[in-house]
Amino acid sequence: MAGNREFFYRRLHSLLGVIPIGLFVIQHLVVNHFATGGEESFNKAAGFMEHLPFRIILETFIIFLPILFHAIYGLYIAFTAKNNASKFGFFRNWMFLLQRVTGVITLIFIVWHVWQTRVQAAFGAEVNFQMMENILSNPFMLWFYIICVVSAIFHFANGLWSFCVSWGITISPRSQLISTYVTMGIFVALSIVGIRAIFAFV
Amino acid sequence: MSDKKTVRFIITRQDNPDSAPYQQEFELDYRPNMNVISALMEIRRNPVDVKGNQTAPVSWDMNCLEEVCGACSMVINGKPRQSCTALVDQLEQPIRLEPMRTFPVVRDLQVDRSRMFDSLKKVKAWIPIDGTYDLGPGPRMPEPKRQWAYELSKCMTCGVCLEACPNVNSKTNFMGPAVFNQVRLFNAHPTGAMNKAERLNAFMDDGGMQGCGNSQNCVQSCPKGIPITTSIAAVNRDATLQSFKNFFGSDQV
Repeated sequence: MAGNREFFYRRLHSLLGVIPIGLFVIQHLVVNHFATGGEESFNKAAGFMEHLPFRIILETFIIFLPILFHAIYGLYIAFTAKNNASKFGFFRNWMFLLQRVTGVITLIFIVWHVWQTRVQAAFGAEVNFQMMENILSNPFMLWFYIICVVSAIFHFANGLWSFCVSWGITISPRSQLISTYVTMGIFVALSIVGIRAIFAFV
Repeated sequence: MSDKKTVRFIITRQDNPDSAPYQQEFELDYRPNMNVISALMEIRRNPVDVKGNQTAPVSWDMNCLEEVCGACSMVINGKPRQSCTALVDQLEQPIRLEPMRTFPVVRDLQVDRSRMFDSLKKVKAWIPIDGTYDLGPGPRMPEPKRQWAYELSKCMTCGVCLEACPNVNSKTNFMGPAVFNQVRLFNAHPTGAMNKAERLNAFMDDGGMQGCGNSQNCVQSCPKGIPITTSIAAVNRDATLQSFKNFFGSDQV
């Protein structure tokens, strides 16, 4: 291991994408989904998360630092690829390209989303149903959120697939095929959760 | 002349490793059962391009002529493959020939695949049996396992998987898909398994297995049908265990 840390960084990048970032994404989408139960139900759920004890520590170690590492190292990975899907149009090669494209979209979205909600909260704004209602009343922002949320979910779901390969969990072609179906099932299911939540604010 | 069937080639040429590439078009008389190599030989016999200009014969590598040596790989109509098994009757015309640019071009269609052989040296893709005395017979390999390993041993280091891989390029030093298969092959051998940890650790180093991004172009492009992506995932699993052993394990080798 001495000298070259690339293997370690790459595996850490892969692991962080699932634990804790992937788990956080699911948790976030589920909390958002309370919006379908009306304003009060969302505010109660968001308030619960907001008032968790040791919130700053939880946020830092479960959300901020892992995402920061995953994003910066991910950008490096994305831009060291020489994409060739037009020449080699195989399914997995398209997924390889999509994984990188959705990763970059997700990063742009997270920067914007954190600025618009978490940073504003630090400045004294209250993160509640009304805030999201205001943001999503703009049709541009609505589409921006829909595209970005679906991108983030795709990146997570397809990332689960490559996590399984990179750690040597799915080795046989058959297990990799089945995990393609399973992860795409996760993509569809979570997308429904995410989009339902967005439209609950509209 | 008009009723005679011809074959057209557009060949990307390059006079030396540092000069700019250019295209040249050739037209040959059709003969039944031509392959790309026989066409290139025809051009070599009479190196005149379609405009009638005398030119230098096209340079390319070849050896076995039966798709087991890997030397004659080039990009034919956009696909990296061996020119010996590229039959003219099965190719769309004009047939476009380019060198595999993942490798340094020596001249015309000839590339230098040394990096692949350097990688094999780096990960110790061999079985060390040489010594100062007779080591005696090694452990036996069960026949079903031998048959399975034979499929992995078909790799001819042709470079097609590196050419197809989006992560093998000048921005990374990833050694390429072929190496996974060789590490798995030699780790699977009963004698080779004695150096399994050494091979895995070497392949976790600079340019190692972490460079794979799972685009799986390699397994789709491999002319020998080697299950490269299965080897990749299998080596990944071994590396997972090896890295845990390295960190948490004892000092036992």
